[in-house]
Amino acid sequence: MTTHSATPISIFDAHIMRPALIESLKKLDPRTLWRNPVMFCVEIASFITLITFVMSITGNSPEPAWFTGLVSLWLWLTVIFSTFAEALAEGRGKARAASLRKTRTEVRAKRLKRPEFGSECEMVAGSLLRKGDFILVEAHELIAGDGEVVAGAALVNEAAVTGESAPVVRESGGDRSAVTGGTTVIANSIIVRITANPGETFLDRMISLIEGAKRRKTPNEIALEVLLIALTFVFLLVCANLSPLSIYSVKAAGHGEPVSLTILVALFVCLAPTTIAALLPAIGIAGMDRLFQKNVIALSGRAIEAAGDVNVLLLDKTGTITLGNREAVAFVPVGGHTEQELAKAAMMSSLTDETPEGRSIVVLAKQKYGLRAEELPTYAENVPFSAETRLSGVNLEGKRYRKGASDSIITFVRESGGKVNPDGLERVVDEIARAGATPLVVCIDAEIYGVINLKDIVKGGIQERFQQLRSMGIKTIMITGDNPLTAAAIAAEAQVDDFLAQAKPEDKLRLIRDNQQAGYMVAMTGDGTNDAPALAQADVAVAMNTGTQPAREAANIIDLDSNPTKLLDIVEIGKQILMTRGNLTTFSISNDIAKYFAIIPAALLSIYPQLGALNVMGLSSPFSAILSAVIFNAVVIPALVPLALKGTRFRPLPAEKLLIWNLLVFGVGGIITPFIGIKAIDLVVGMFV
Amino acid sequence: MNVFELLETISFFTILLILVKPVGAFMARVYQGERTFLSPVLAPCENLLYRICGINRDEEMGWKRYARAMILFNLALFAALFAMLMLQHMLPLNPLKLPGFSWHLALNTAVSFVTNTNWQAYSGESAVSYFTQMAGLAVHNFVSAATGMAVVIALIRGFVRRKTSMLGNFWLDMTRGALYILLPISLIAALVLVSQGVIQNFSPYKTVPLVQPASYDKPKQDTTGKPVKGEKGNPVTERVTVKEVTIPMGPVASQEAIKELGTNGGGFFNANSSHPYENPTPLSNFVEILLILLIPGSLTYTFGLMAGNTRQGWALLAVMLLVLIVSFGVLQGVESIGNPLVSKLGVRGVNMEGKEVRFSLAGSSLFTVSTTGTSCGAINTMHDSLTPLGGMIPLSLILLGEIIFGGVGSGLYTMLAFAVIAVFVAGLMIGRTPEYLGKKIEVREMWMSILTILTAGIVVLVLSGIAMISPSATASMANPGAHGLSEVLYAFASMSNNNGSAFAGLNANVSFYNILGSIAMILGRYVPAVAVLAMAGSLAEKKYVPPSLGTLPTDKAPFALWLALVILIVGALTFFPALALGPIAEHFMMNM
Repeated sequence: MTTHSATPISIFDAHIMRPALIESLKKLDPRTLWRNPVMFCVEIASFITLITFVMSITGNSPEPAWFTGLVSLWLWLTVIFSTFAEALAEGRGKARAASLRKTRTEVRAKRLKRPEFGSECEMVAGSLLRKGDFILVEAHELIAGDGEVVAGAALVNEAAVTGESAPVVRESGGDRSAVTGGTTVIANSIIVRITANPGETFLDRMISLIEGAKRRKTPNEIALEVLLIALTFVFLLVCANLSPLSIYSVKAAGHGEPVSLTILVALFVCLAPTTIAALLPAIGIAGMDRLFQKNVIALSGRAIEAAGDVNVLLLDKTGTITLGNREAVAFVPVGGHTEQELAKAAMMSSLTDETPEGRSIVVLAKQKYGLRAEELPTYAENVPFSAETRLSGVNLEGKRYRKGASDSIITFVRESGGKVNPDGLERVVDEIARAGATPLVVCIDAEIYGVINLKDIVKGGIQERFQQLRSMGIKTIMITGDNPLTAAAIAAEAQVDDFLAQAKPEDKLRLIRDNQQAGYMVAMTGDGTNDAPALAQADVAVAMNTGTQPAREAANIIDLDSNPTKLLDIVEIGKQILMTRGNLTTFSISNDIAKYFAIIPAALLSIYPQLGALNVMGLSSPFSAILSAVIFNAVVIPALVPLALKGTRFRPLPAEKLLIWNLLVFGVGGIITPFIGIKAIDLVVGMFV
Repeated sequence: MNVFELLETISFFTILLILVKPVGAFMARVYQGERTFLSPVLAPCENLLYRICGINRDEEMGWKRYARAMILFNLALFAALFAMLMLQHMLPLNPLKLPGFSWHLALNTAVSFVTNTNWQAYSGESAVSYFTQMAGLAVHNFVSAATGMAVVIALIRGFVRRKTSMLGNFWLDMTRGALYILLPISLIAALVLVSQGVIQNFSPYKTVPLVQPASYDKPKQDTTGKPVKGEKGNPVTERVTVKEVTIPMGPVASQEAIKELGTNGGGFFNANSSHPYENPTPLSNFVEILLILLIPGSLTYTFGLMAGNTRQGWALLAVMLLVLIVSFGVLQGVESIGNPLVSKLGVRGVNMEGKEVRFSLAGSSLFTVSTTGTSCGAINTMHDSLTPLGGMIPLSLILLGEIIFGGVGSGLYTMLAFAVIAVFVAGLMIGRTPEYLGKKIEVREMWMSILTILTAGIVVLVLSGIAMISPSATASMANPGAHGLSEVLYAFASMSNNNGSAFAGLNANVSFYNILGSIAMILGRYVPAVAVLAMAGSLAEKKYVPPSLGTLPTDKAPFALWLALVILIVGALTFFPALALGPIAEHFMMNM
């Protein structure tokens, strides 16, 4: 498989580092930086220190020029580290977007007058196509825009979008009619109705999302920013307050220097929650990027965060909880027939059945009963499954082999004049159904031979995943079209919390609404057009890329791999983004305690030498203490960039345990780390000062 | 701490905890409009009041109307008290013919009482008539307390109600709080206090001969009031002998009870609860501390009960108790070590300066932490005379935002705003959009919580900064230097946080402090109250999110500890530099 998207791009890849460096300098422009108010304040602070530096060179400052100069330098670095973190996160997205954009080369399309093969067509540029146009796409041609197949069927290579090189079938009608612009038809021809104007196509939206161009702050991000701005404002006042207080204290004590502007500004920057403010944009962008590494595109940052909040997960049984197809696992004869006879009849009835279920019957007959699949004579007549008869089979040499649901077979047998209810049939059918499997009754003409046990195979390891979800407080509900008996059995085996059997689209919609009414956040996956209303209603709606256009439009997350268990990854990443934000906020604020112990005694030492007792770290000199705090405050940003980009490790733990763990690591760690860090920096700085 | 003090402390907290549940449950019934054992007597009064005032008891208010009613009511009360103070010489029950207040003192005092601060830049016995005490100050003690309680009840309704914009009726909440809760308890408490010797009369002040006449040297003043200086520039003194003393009288007990119960703190006498007519015995002292903490503590149970999970209330009470007990322990500890400067003179032991011997150290410390942890501000100890670190305890408790039990109502609503902030960060840390009591915490709640918890601190920072560079402000200090800085910091902390107690060394009756103080009290009271109501309005409209394993439990120890930590960290980060230049610098200077 050649995938462009799953390739992990190293954080410190030179191709990304260099442009990110340039970009980070561009981002210093106050007109863009004000979007991050905390860092905007830091930039103003840096500018002020630049002025005090110039003043100290000219001798108009209480401090030596080397001190104000170094403080100014490190304050500027603090801002640059912050813009660099954002540029780095964006850079990774841009690298991916660039690879996608390559596929969006200008293509020419055959626009049809009427949506029929053989209709007149004209060659137009892909960019001229509008919603509602019909185009003809033939083998080895690029599909010029997003659309829906209205006629024909073709093999399409969607590697450009999904990274999956195996071609997929796209055909008119049904759930596999959606095609994406930029993908290539490999065989056959199709007529596509264009469903998106240029610039609005799936690929366009993907590119702009990945680039972060259209990234809007999520409500949660804004709420956190409110907190950070408030704290910054308070710290601004704390520093502003320190100035008159120190002026008074100097007057009262009769000696010492009031706290200088440079030191006040340095204190302000150290106290302001710069660590989290610097990394906040990167966390959101990196989250999107991590999702993309898993081949999932979130159409908004809100959707990913909502995923972190999900309490109810609606999962389609087929493909998510069970392997897509049922398998024959046993033949149960009735009415005095032997297993061997039944196996033979079942195999004969399935010889022309190309469905995976049909094939599994032949395989079972071969493996367990040693029957060899006979070459069917050409005159054998295939009776395909039809909606009216609801059975399928083969007519061969005057015999009619049939298999189907028990009521359909009974009808068939009754019409053929046979005994409709041989001994044990009802019991066997019931038992199989109750065990969660599908009973298929087999007959030859008017004679019922027995029952095939078709079983849903629950995916390996799925129980553990549900267990994890449960411990995180997420309830899983299995959705299936099966009857309640079957559904209950599979639900029990897969250990889901609840199930919805014989689910019709309106049932799904009602289930979602009921859960939302009760205050839950609901996530679901879907691919069919009939899922679209439910997808639109769900808080987190994941559509399979193989799904229909309506389903994809109703969703807010698209899974390019069309793997429904992805929902679990999405939930994890959603939680990770919030956790990273919370943890870094706690870390950032906890750091302030040590910074106070470094800066306050240093700043006030000349007024009250006794305050030297607060210098618990034993920092070598006031200048070194203040510089060390400023340097620590700056370098902690790049040091935490990898954490911001990767996200804090996800642990499926109940809320309380998770809180304790994170408080120990980021709260207590946040208090202790700067004491060690500032002391270490002081040991180095102290050698020169 | 001797055995008596230990027993006093333990029995105090035990009795407080025993009372929390019945009083809290009773308050919940009152505010939910249910019948109580007092209804047969009080319901007719209540109905009569509504009929007179034309209040429709079925009418509910959205947050804006509720806030408007609260503000207008307070404005009217302010105007009435302001007028009464200015004109008290024309009003009855003024046996000493006391004159009216200056306009800025009247402004400061009226604001002070209407905001539940009870900062007193005057001294009660020499400036306020009996009429003003009873019809003005005492009335405000009731209604300002009832106002605070009404606001917190509206906030609780905001948490509990779903998809509505209605928060209840301010007039009903205010009336019920005063009528069913404050009045009956005050009545009983006043009787208990009278039994201990607290006076209650309308007699003119009494002049009695001293058993032992006292003499002292008084600095001589010229006709303009300036000290007369001798030849060497030293002040000239004259010997004065005092043979008789004037003892102020008045209706003290009735006001004493509500002063503590409503966490008002405005003393009848200048010496407040250290005056033997306000607080004569260790038992009256015990009762008064209990009254201070009774309603703020019990409201946590009311909150839990109304929120449908009493553990939520207990968790908040645990946070309050934890900080209060630790503060008490530290204060007790540093005061019993004593003052090193005095120790050097050979007088070792407890620092008893400014304390009343009859209360013992524990009785003084307990009163001090209780009155500053709540926004009461009554005192039985001169906080100015505590050791530097000892004085930092009441100062810090005020600076935390009056949430360690806090003012009646205001303490709990500020604490709930802190809980919202704590929940927000903790919620992020576990990977969920944060929710508290099933309500999602979003941008609006963040803004309002932040306004609630930070307004007072911001006001302190700004005004104390202005004061330190205003000559008129620094001239009021009795002790320039680090201690003077503490006095100014304490004054603004006390006024912004609506506490009302003072570091006594500061002469606050100058227009600078009277006017800036009024601004501080108004901002510190009404910005949070309106923000809380706005938050309540927004919360009430939200739907309820049922808890699951992924929900952060806010009724368990880890969250309670986290909440305590958030409170302490926010407080420490905001005021560490100021404290370093005040009490901390003074401490190190004294001990080195």
